[in-house]
Amino acid sequence: MSVEVGTRTAGGIGQRAIRPDGVAKVRGEFAFAGDLWAEGMLWGQALRSPHPSARIRGIDVGPALLITGVHAVLTADDVPVNRYGLEHRDQAVLAGDVVRYAGEPVAIVAADHPDTARRACAAIVVDYEVLAPLVDPGLSQSVERPIHPDGNVFRDLVIRRGNPDSRGPVVVEGDYEIGMQDQAFMGPEAGLASPAADGGVDLVVSTQWLHNDRDQVADCLGLAPELVRLTLGGVGGAFGAREDVSLHIHACLLAVRTGRPVKIVYSRTESFLGHVHRHPARIWMRHTARPNGEIVSVESRILLDGGAYRSSSYHVTANAACFAAGPYRVPNALVHAIAVRTNNPPCGAMRGFGVVQSCFAHEAQMDLLASACGLDPVEVRLRNALAPGDELLTGQRIEGALPVAEVIRACAALPLPAPAVDDVLARPGGAGRTAGARDVRRGVGFAVGFKNLMYAEGYMDGSVARCRIDGGVVTIACAAAEVGQGFVTLVQQIARTVLDVDDVIVAPADTDMGSAGSTSASRQTMMSGGAVEKVCRAARAELERRAGGDEVDIAALTAREPVDVTEEYHHRLTHPLDADGQGDAHVSFACAAHRAVVDVDPELGLVRVVHLATSQDVGRVLNPLQVTGQIEGGIAQGVGLAVMEELIVEGGQVRNASFTDYLIPTALDAPTVDAVLIEEPEPGAPFGAKGVGEPPTISSTPAIVAAIRDATDAACTRVPVRPRDLVP
Amino acid sequence: MTEMYVLRVNGDEHAVADAWLGESLLYVLRERLGFPAAKAGCEQGECGSCSVFVDTTLVCACLVLAAAAADTEITTLEGLQPSARGAVTDVQRAFVETGAVQCGFCTPGLVMAVHALLETDPEPTDLAVREAISGNLCRCTGYGRILEAVEVAVAARRGAAR
Amino acid sequence: MAVIVPESLESALAALTAYPDAAVLAGGTDLMVEVNDGRRPLTRVVAVGRVPELTGIRVDGATVVIGAATTFAQLERDPVAELVPALAYAARTVGSPQIRNAATIGGNVATASPAGDALPVLVALGASVEIAGGNRRRLVPIADYFTGPKRSVLDAGELVVAVQVPVLRGAQDYLKVGVRNAMVIAVASLAIAVDLEARRVGIGLGSVGPTPLAAPEACSWVASRARWRSDGVEVADEDVVEFGERVAGAARPIDDHRGTARYRRHAVSVMARRALRRCTR
Repeated sequence: MSVEVGTRTAGGIGQRAIRPDGVAKVRGEFAFAGDLWAEGMLWGQALRSPHPSARIRGIDVGPALLITGVHAVLTADDVPVNRYGLEHRDQAVLAGDVVRYAGEPVAIVAADHPDTARRACAAIVVDYEVLAPLVDPGLSQSVERPIHPDGNVFRDLVIRRGNPDSRGPVVVEGDYEIGMQDQAFMGPEAGLASPAADGGVDLVVSTQWLHNDRDQVADCLGLAPELVRLTLGGVGGAFGAREDVSLHIHACLLAVRTGRPVKIVYSRTESFLGHVHRHPARIWMRHTARPNGEIVSVESRILLDGGAYRSSSYHVTANAACFAAGPYRVPNALVHAIAVRTNNPPCGAMRGFGVVQSCFAHEAQMDLLASACGLDPVEVRLRNALAPGDELLTGQRIEGALPVAEVIRACAALPLPAPAVDDVLARPGGAGRTAGARDVRRGVGFAVGFKNLMYAEGYMDGSVARCRIDGGVVTIACAAAEVGQGFVTLVQQIARTVLDVDDVIVAPADTDMGSAGSTSASRQTMMSGGAVEKVCRAARAELERRAGGDEVDIAALTAREPVDVTEEYHHRLTHPLDADGQGDAHVSFACAAHRAVVDVDPELGLVRVVHLATSQDVGRVLNPLQVTGQIEGGIAQGVGLAVMEELIVEGGQVRNASFTDYLIPTALDAPTVDAVLIEEPEPGAPFGAKGVGEPPTISSTPAIVAAIRDATDAACTRVPVRPRDLVP
Repeated sequence: MTEMYVLRVNGDEHAVADAWLGESLLYVLRERLGFPAAKAGCEQGECGSCSVFVDTTLVCACLVLAAAAADTEITTLEGLQPSARGAVTDVQRAFVETGAVQCGFCTPGLVMAVHALLETDPEPTDLAVREAISGNLCRCTGYGRILEAVEVAVAARRGAAR
Repeated sequence: MAVIVPESLESALAALTAYPDAAVLAGGTDLMVEVNDGRRPLTRVVAVGRVPELTGIRVDGATVVIGAATTFAQLERDPVAELVPALAYAARTVGSPQIRNAATIGGNVATASPAGDALPVLVALGASVEIAGGNRRRLVPIADYFTGPKRSVLDAGELVVAVQVPVLRGAQDYLKVGVRNAMVIAVASLAIAVDLEARRVGIGLGSVGPTPLAAPEACSWVASRARWRSDGVEVADEDVVEFGERVAGAARPIDDHRGTARYRRHAVSVMARRALRRCTR
């Protein structure tokens, strides 16, 4: 069966289809997890350790239990199986004898009012023996005793390619540092757990991966998985921070203990303390090249601070290493990446997943190389650009689409923006009136990045979707978490196109059906989009079988007996990396180029990011509105990392866990974006489309920093670039 | 605990009994009176997700002490928009159609802020729009589609006025 | 009554006398942050927003008297924008539009944060704070008002009624450094006011010391170096640079998560130079 896509059906593939939840969201009627309410509901609250490292000598919950309105106070002793973790269970649901980061949950309370719960937490007496925290990742491997029985190294990965001792005559080298960025989604963690009559528990929660959460909750509560049912509550953004369990197990424990529904909503401060962050990194890199700019070798050492628990550190390390040299042909390489445990806040998934850190370093290196060879920054990148048929650092041959040179050329060809308007609001510092027109210098910078799409290293990934057509009404169910990215729109577009219908109902996502995997790694467009396409094609085949060669009248064909089919989609197999970091570990790749224009007030070190031109490899545009939204939103997060966003951790304590001091870009900080989309269909992907969420966040940051260097001559080897880094 | 007090929300009076003194207007609207459109994003007045009108002034409901708002006219998004199911204002329509909505958590606050802006400045410049919504943080969109939505709404009003 | 909404200054003060533990509520933008965070348990609140003596802006000779309940949104506009432009500039940098619609100048003065945006302006202009409490009324020069970080001479049971701000002939400005282009707490801020009649220059500094600071030595030095005319003032280029250094010398900054002492001092010198250039020729 062939389906002509993007032409026949309004709201089909390729069109500016609008979100099915759009009207509910603009009307404030869309139910976010924090909006939930149940009769007899209690409020849950966690007590968190104020110390980054301590032994717990005792906990006295007595004073909390005396407070009127308190229904339960639980500690480690009340957790049936007190271990959880996204990939490896190295974390306690409630700390028993030791705390390893400031913010680790120690006790949980259920009470009749959030203020009661808060006062009860304050009344719990924890006797800590405070220990000196291990906060320097550089010392993690050399301390006498690891701070966790599983050791202090999450992963130690070496990639050797070609002859790492080969050297070109041109050598450029640098040390780079990336600060701890936070996902800072707008809707804090929230969930409502309700005890069920069968002894199980129902949890509505904002998450990225229902089934992984379900398994962790069930294990910790000592329940069979089928007794724990999760439903996706409305998610107020995610960006990686909702891959790990947050309040899930706490809410379920309290609901089971009290026999009442328990709602937990994090405050903004608790949100900052209660989810993982982007790994801070220290990177050394040395490139050697021929005088014409052709890269001969790349060497790098990458140190990632994983914080107290593993989360996804293992795979972040792989990504940082595999893509350490960027989308360039590198015949010889030696990359050593290591992620270690410290008493700093745990780090894990965030948009760009390990590649953001590497890209900042390799793009700074490419500019040094351009300068050393007397080449234009665009030219040096074009000369080394990877293309299909080339090999990665891991020896993997690129088989799908990867139009690196095309994105570079398209981005560089975009017109530069006009000079800034003569208004103080348009200058660095804005309404602060710090800069006059003559205090400002303009700079331009260029950067390119690429990243893998989907999970890697042999992970058996899949997604399940179900299509039910009853009396002509099409309902698609898939447990993929809609976190704002617009997967629900895509479901409708695919179903409309394949089934040739106008109306498609998207069922709520829950664990009653098979897993769709995580909304991460730019994977849902391919994985769950693939599952939806596959199930719709199966339904279409069934309709055609029923029609027996006549025209397909969906309503009539499903009037008596509904079509109800379920399909699972898998991508091709990948393989683990070997001892030299070689192997076909990745499914697919996407690249993007960014050119940033900034206005800098060099004397005060203030920056305004004016304009981002970008070209992105998207495979195929499934929805131009949503692709643009991902690009603009991803760039804004790149702006944040470039010039303002950093969780400041001193002695293991987060100093700025609030929106007053963790600054994310406002509308006056966000640049204007011009984007060119490069459509080279990805073989094997549904409709040829690639995931588009991550590339905008990866190379926007180094492009902005390059532009700042251009305007100031400052070295800017660290992000975020702080005012003090630019002033004399 | 406070004595019972009455809040006037979207033209209707609502009695609030057995409340804690420290409850913000945001908490009372959401948890006691069933107006969930205003969102709790930071409870520090930094994100704007809880924007409501008190009398005719746009404020963060999280920083209004509910018990002290008894003699005011409070308008939430529920009161600003048409009551018919699925009906939208021109600004809301523009948000949906331009892709200004992603996760949607900031959206109610932004819709309120844009309505407030267009009341006083029907033809705002780009910088004026940016300044007017600078207190409404959005983490998904990078603001590009939101700025576009405002342009679309402004153009539609201009067209309607002709 | 847990929430007292007095209709006169007298009844507000009576309430504060009767309930010394009561929290004073004006715009709520400082108080409610603490309440929401659980740092400030409330037993009683005196909401002063409707006290008529605290509202309104009136010109009294060469002084503009700004009621404590005046919001920053009101300060951004006339008559303040015309009479005390530096205060209007400072007002525009406070938080977000929503915050400026609620936050009041009285609250800014009462909270007495070293980062309070209005405060350097009041220092530069030599404003005074009208305070009332019990049977006592007093007018405190801003130079005597602050006693430490978020501390002032304001006693329990007292209210800020108004600020009295001199209306000066001469240029003025307000500059504020933050790492975001909107909605940011000052890393360092500076207000300047030129008084052509008295031939004085006033400076106020924010976020570079335990309290808002003045720079009297630098100001009298530059006034003595300047060439004063009836319609303006001239300062030589090299004196502008030295003025920047001297003002920076008055700063007493610390390192914190928003910036380093070294950067803050540098920023003060740059802002002082730029501010003086803008206000002179």
